[in-house]
Amino acid sequence: MEQDWIWGLIGGLLIGTGGAVYLLANGRIMGASGIIGGLVDGSGHDTKWERLAFLAGVVLLPIVLYPLYGAVDTHITENWVVLVAAGLLVGIGTRLANGCTSGHGVCGMSRLSLRGFAATAMYITAGGIGVVLFRHLLGVI
Amino acid sequence: MRNLFAFLAGGLFGAGLFISGMTDTSKVQGWLDVFGNWDPTLAFVMGGAMIPMALAWLLRNRRSTPVLGGSFPPAPPQRIDRKLAIGSVMFGFGWGLAGLCPGPSVASLSYGGAGHWVFFAAMIAGMALTPTVRRALDRQVATA
Repeated sequence: MEQDWIWGLIGGLLIGTGGAVYLLANGRIMGASGIIGGLVDGSGHDTKWERLAFLAGVVLLPIVLYPLYGAVDTHITENWVVLVAAGLLVGIGTRLANGCTSGHGVCGMSRLSLRGFAATAMYITAGGIGVVLFRHLLGVI
Repeated sequence: MRNLFAFLAGGLFGAGLFISGMTDTSKVQGWLDVFGNWDPTLAFVMGGAMIPMALAWLLRNRRSTPVLGGSFPPAPPQRIDRKLAIGSVMFGFGWGLAGLCPGPSVASLSYGGAGHWVFFAAMIAGMALTPTVRRALDRQVATA
């Protein structure tokens, strides 16, 4: 659809507003991998309720909005080998790098963090190479 | 109160991810796929998100503490180290393979179907394994 970019922009503004609230009110960086990862490896034990409350909001709002849209197709692959490999890479990669699209991308680059720009350049380049390799050359996705 | 604002922030994040179409893996892969039918949406989402976030960083500089108390996160180290590079490249490959990153993988759990749960479970397993991977990388550096 040609209006996709408008919805992208509106959605982006909402995402950034969420990050602004989390920083200014709670004093925290809105990084999805850090919020989840701290619960998984126990490093965020002291702030677990704040993390769980954040994630509850992330899960709940799409449930509220879903009926307005009807069927939403996420076009996810049915190849579970690909999904497991991708999930492991995303889980280990974001925790090793200490951030993902929200932490390094949205929060890091907006404060002109060198690490944010470096990480974002690297994961976008690797993602682009990945899609070309696995879609156009190997045909697995 | 902290939990309420965390929930509110998460809600805005989840709503934004849903509305922007970022839980649609074909839009993410379409943006990464410069040799295919390129989809520019992700650039608008990232650009849109950075506007309020940049304003928030400016406001942060005018305050000594967050509104709800506590302290602001310390300035991050500016070192581009091996872990940042290895991690970001691994993340990028996984992101391209499935078209999902951590935020959208949570936002889509309620409606995305079984595949989203498989990805989510593998991501959690990866996060649980990371301390081991990190130690192995550190050992390698120590012996090198």
